[in-house]
Amino acid sequence: MSDVAATGALPKPKRDLIPALLPVILALAMIPLIGSGSSWVTLTVASLAMGMMIFIMASGLTLVFGLMDVLNFGHGAFIAVGAYVGTLVLLPLASFAQADSLLTNLAVLAPAVLLAMAVSGALGLVVERVLILPVYGQHLKQILMTTGGLIVAEQALYALWGPQIIPLPLPTSLRGSFIIGDVAIAKYRLLALLLGLVVFTAIQLVLNRTKIGLLIRAGVENREMVEALGYRIRRLFLGVFMTGSALAGLGGVMWALYREQVHASMGNDLTVLIFIVVIIGGLGSVGGCFIGALLVAMVANYGGFLVPKLALVSNILLMVAILMWRPRGLYAVTSR
Amino acid sequence: MMMLSGDPPRSRLLSALLVLIVLALLLTPILFPGAKAMNVATKICIFAALVASYDLLLGYTGTVSFAHTMFYGIGSYAIAIALYAMGPSWAAVASGVAIGLPLAMLLALAIGLFSLRVEAIFFAMITLAVASAFLVLASQLSWLTGGEDGRSFQLPELLHPGTVLIAKSALGFELNGRVLTYYLVFTASAAMILGLLRVVNSPFGRVLLAIRENRFRAEALGFRTVFHLTYANCIAALVAACAGMLNALWLRYAGPDTSLSFSIMVDILLMVVIGGMGTIYGAIIGAAIFTLAQNYLQALMGAASTAAADAGLPLLPGLLHPDRWLLWLGLLFIASVYFFPTGVVGRLRGTAPK
Repeated sequence: MSDVAATGALPKPKRDLIPALLPVILALAMIPLIGSGSSWVTLTVASLAMGMMIFIMASGLTLVFGLMDVLNFGHGAFIAVGAYVGTLVLLPLASFAQADSLLTNLAVLAPAVLLAMAVSGALGLVVERVLILPVYGQHLKQILMTTGGLIVAEQALYALWGPQIIPLPLPTSLRGSFIIGDVAIAKYRLLALLLGLVVFTAIQLVLNRTKIGLLIRAGVENREMVEALGYRIRRLFLGVFMTGSALAGLGGVMWALYREQVHASMGNDLTVLIFIVVIIGGLGSVGGCFIGALLVAMVANYGGFLVPKLALVSNILLMVAILMWRPRGLYAVTSR
Repeated sequence: MMMLSGDPPRSRLLSALLVLIVLALLLTPILFPGAKAMNVATKICIFAALVASYDLLLGYTGTVSFAHTMFYGIGSYAIAIALYAMGPSWAAVASGVAIGLPLAMLLALAIGLFSLRVEAIFFAMITLAVASAFLVLASQLSWLTGGEDGRSFQLPELLHPGTVLIAKSALGFELNGRVLTYYLVFTASAAMILGLLRVVNSPFGRVLLAIRENRFRAEALGFRTVFHLTYANCIAALVAACAGMLNALWLRYAGPDTSLSFSIMVDILLMVVIGGMGTIYGAIIGAAIFTLAQNYLQALMGAASTAAADAGLPLLPGLLHPDRWLLWLGLLFIASVYFFPTGVVGRLRGTAPK
């Protein structure tokens, strides 16, 4: 028995930076194509903001898949529910939202967002217990069950709120844009950008710097080993699922304010978008999901500016291109 | 027995039900010549074939595809565009078929080769994305597809409702172009279902079952699973496209709502699960139950909703409104996935749920 002296730090895991650089490269490559610098800045900020919102909605889906091997086809329902719950606060207090003071506006926005997150999270608890618990480990049934859940949720929203589109105007102080030189940047997009960065940083910090995060990452790698070490991974599952649902609810409110309207079909429409993002990023990877969301938003914005007709299928083309390059998505986390 | 490919219903009650449904469908133009009854009967025929083809994917190979309406839509639009552009002639119908079927087949091949290598979950997501892109394309390329309005067209002379072949006085019922179209739909659907029954009971179908149960093991036995899955995907796509063509012929119209929308995909899923996955017969039962419920239960719900509104109950009128019937079907769907994964057919056959 010879002592093996631990010299130096452990070898660092290999860093894979190419995917992370993709959005930057894409944005820079667009400068000569778009020509005017001011429209480039506007478009870039728009795509960053849109990307952040998509990321917030999609992050829960990818985490849930990575940790629990459950693909929730009903994830869009949480988005729609969040948006509707948001209107419950925003519409009755419209006078506050229309007041020309940032503080009053935020005083309405904050409870709306918190309530939306709470309700979506609570709904997540119910869905996990009722729909997903009986079918762990059975992909086919999971897809069917959660699709059924999406149908029921959408119809229930129709039944409770009616089939009409609900207009949801932005609070006054978030309307309009900052104008710097000849560059116009919408205020709300800046807020979305900030919020997205906060959520991304928070998720990264929790995953990489806390014990819970360590357990979640370990669970993604090898569930049985974590269980064998005495941790109740079911509780962890539930917590992640509720957090993911709550984030979807937050994204729902943000998206509704971005579009300035709410409709029960939004969950269904956004499901496709967030699926594409999650596939591009690699199922289970939060970082990949972040990059995927940015890429999808950039392609949508730049594509819509340069070749409007192409924007219809640009997401699919992007997904095909990425999957040709990396068949398991940008960052494949799990071996599944 | 030959016709059923050696795979009889294996349950007396089920056989009786099937005979009843087929007889009712066969005699609909004679017994219930009204427009609504004919529409319901046609929808049952077309959807029985469509759902049976979906069952080949879902029930026999265990892959969930959300792109089935895309193939259905390709069939519908191929007929509609051909008849719209070339005028009402049999040559137009033939060219619609000649363009639509290979197109559906090629697309199925491309999707299959591209995404069937991976897990069922991946395939489900990719098909969902592709199908939604196709829906957007169909509603945006208005020079070709007519956009949101879709394309209406005239049928060839023989199939016109006004064409009377045998007058009412001769047989007691009128054999006109509409009835002829109905029997065209009926025969074609029956042929497709029998053909699918043949497919699933062939050695090829057995391999599909093996792949569903354990893909790794099937591969270890020497079967090229990607080839088999892609093949099954192509067959399902062809049948779906044919069903779409029949639908377009019956409606004399093809549009995004009648042939491509996500709600049709939901209908198909509900039918296949309620009827029974992996049985083919389940498609007939599921389509019949679902379509009858859709057309006649809604009236009942309307009555219940009005009654609840009159009684001044809160919330109930909204929940019971006829437009919300999918809510109840969705709940039924979840319950049947959970409690009766083998559907009506599985129950009647008395197989223990797995």
